[in-house]
Amino acid sequence: MTVAPEAPGARPAAGRPRATLPGPPRAAEPGGERRRALTQLRATDVYAMTGAAASALALTWLLFTRLLPFDGAVGFVVVAYGLFLLIYALLVSFDEDGPAVVDRIAAAVVRSMGLLLVVILTFVVCYALVEGRKALVHANFFTEDMQRAGPLEPLSVGGALHAAVGTLIMIVIALAVTVPAGLVCAVFLTEVPGPYARFVRTIVEAMTALPSIVAGLFIYATAILGLGLDQSGLAAALALSVMMLPIIIRAADVVIRLVPGTLREASYAMGTSRWRTVWHVVLPTCRSGLTTAVILGTARGIGETSPVLLTAGFTSELNLDPLHGPMVDLPLATFEFVKSPEPTMIARGFGTAALLMALVLLLFVVARVIGGRGPGQLTRRQEHRRVLASRRDARRFAERRAAPHPTVRTEPGSPS
Amino acid sequence: MPVLRTDVGDPDAPRRLYADPGLTDRVFRGVLRSGGGFVLAVMLLVGGFLLYRAWLALDKAGWSFLTTSEWAPDAGRFGIAAVLVGTVLIATVAVLVAVPLATGAALYISEYAPARLRRTLISVVDLMAAVPSVVYGLWGVFFLQDKVLPTARWISAYLGWIPVFSVRGADPDDPLAPESVYTSSTFIAGLVVGMMIAPIICSIMREVFSQAPAGEREGAYALGATRWGMIRSVVLPFGRGGMIGGTMLGLGRALGETIAIFMIISLTFDIQWHVLQSGTSSVSSLIALRYGEASEFGMSALMAAGFALFVMTLIVNFAASSIVARSRSGAASDA
Repeated sequence: MTVAPEAPGARPAAGRPRATLPGPPRAAEPGGERRRALTQLRATDVYAMTGAAASALALTWLLFTRLLPFDGAVGFVVVAYGLFLLIYALLVSFDEDGPAVVDRIAAAVVRSMGLLLVVILTFVVCYALVEGRKALVHANFFTEDMQRAGPLEPLSVGGALHAAVGTLIMIVIALAVTVPAGLVCAVFLTEVPGPYARFVRTIVEAMTALPSIVAGLFIYATAILGLGLDQSGLAAALALSVMMLPIIIRAADVVIRLVPGTLREASYAMGTSRWRTVWHVVLPTCRSGLTTAVILGTARGIGETSPVLLTAGFTSELNLDPLHGPMVDLPLATFEFVKSPEPTMIARGFGTAALLMALVLLLFVVARVIGGRGPGQLTRRQEHRRVLASRRDARRFAERRAAPHPTVRTEPGSPS
Repeated sequence: MPVLRTDVGDPDAPRRLYADPGLTDRVFRGVLRSGGGFVLAVMLLVGGFLLYRAWLALDKAGWSFLTTSEWAPDAGRFGIAAVLVGTVLIATVAVLVAVPLATGAALYISEYAPARLRRTLISVVDLMAAVPSVVYGLWGVFFLQDKVLPTARWISAYLGWIPVFSVRGADPDDPLAPESVYTSSTFIAGLVVGMMIAPIICSIMREVFSQAPAGEREGAYALGATRWGMIRSVVLPFGRGGMIGGTMLGLGRALGETIAIFMIISLTFDIQWHVLQSGTSSVSSLIALRYGEASEFGMSALMAAGFALFVMTLIVNFAASSIVARSRSGAASDA
């Protein structure tokens, strides 16, 4: 086997061998077209907006304090918002025609909806984090379980170690079940197409909406009542697996389907078998996407309470044995803590929820960092490594060509 | 190593081509098939086993399972009328709250937000979709409940003549009347679940809206449309399938939600149409509350309730995916 003379890497005249890759592919808009930015903000728009806001606030204040028997913050905001829209429409209509007025009102409504959703959601998350600070400042919260802490003990005694460890044990077992089964099934869906695969895909897609409590009920009925397993970490992990499996398969299936068909065909054209194509081409290409799929599935699994509620039992002690005895995880511990009327227990519940949120946040950030790019899109470092590898190949080819005696095996089809 | 073989016989006959996949590939395919089969078996087992265990109760109760609202399986009187109505009402409130918010936010992110802000907002909304439901439950119980009571009271006082909003035992003329008739209601549970499903719906809608073709957008602008005119004539019709599908997926999540609802409501077994009235019920809360103390027959009855919930979410989800798949925008969206 010799290198064709026109291969750029093998040209001795070019000095040292060079190999270049095309630059990173640009993130194209769907359909290959780019949307143009259309923003035009005129001074009159700003005047109309601020004027309407100011007059709406003033008018509402007047209504609420002087004219009408209304009170309450929610009512104030709603009335002020309605008045703002009215006055804004009026102001705009002084110098625009009908469609433009509708456009401005729609823009105002859409913007405020977007703002409202983001603000509320941020608030929900921050509320748990802020309320959890009372418990989180005590170091013992991370190093002790609740074995010796009664409901009346101060926050300097007891903690959520048992729940954190329980979460880790359960999720590790659940991942040990779901990752192999999920990835094999996702590869199956794309690589062995046919009516059977379509049927499996339909069932899996339907199962992504499986209510988590039904997953818990299923394991409770089969493993605990049927097979006589304890209420234990293992049972909870199995329930989480049943819930996570369709989520991971679906996300992984979407990612694997995005692998360009040309890559696969190139591999087949080299005479590679299916299994080597999957192992050396398809899976490495979408490795980052698969990792993201698994991590997002994990985040969902970590946060679920109801399957664990049915299958894990409840304990306030650290339990390292997933096979015997009850075990709690973070969401279940949160739930059990806040059922108590004692303020310290509620503070512990918020602390546990904050810990859980932090864990989910961490997983999410990791997933974003790993999976921010599509299949085949490389980081700079990966690209650099590829360039180095192809330079090495080119050098090897050149050396081989320069060598006097043929050392190349000539039998065809030997896997490289 | 696949080897292409040809049948050489009559040289003029069309030759049959087939590839021998080789041993490793056959093993590989076998492994893949059995992996798919395993997952399929687990998934079918969930439904099948639930039905099998529920059969005892369903057989005994017959059709009255759907019309009885009491839950006393050991006395022989049990049914899911009340819990089913509660579940559907909570999910309806949730969808009514979430869909306008999610549509507005999705339109804002895909059409109005500056490009730099857009990436951040997408991340934030996607993260919110992964926030554990127990966190939403905490927020609902410890923050939202108190803040919403005056609003609930206002609605029942001024709109109480609409039967859904009336509250038994409330006296709007008495400012010192206890507000406990408004706590733990369908309305509050629906609000919390609505907040929970809004980011899920929003991220699906945003995905679909952003796929509306740029050429059609510019065509609308070229015809003199304002931005809202363009959205109404291009983006919304293009994304209609995704909007409906996303809403139904959110509805599926709302129907199956357990812990946030369980933390907020106080379970009753009457059919509770009044959304502002304290006390409601949902199938998943019923299971979470009663699984521990259930006898064998009671367990079977709970299984039947779980099976009903399962069938309901399955129908909603199937409808959602078929709507999304049939719409113009659905082919590429991962809804």
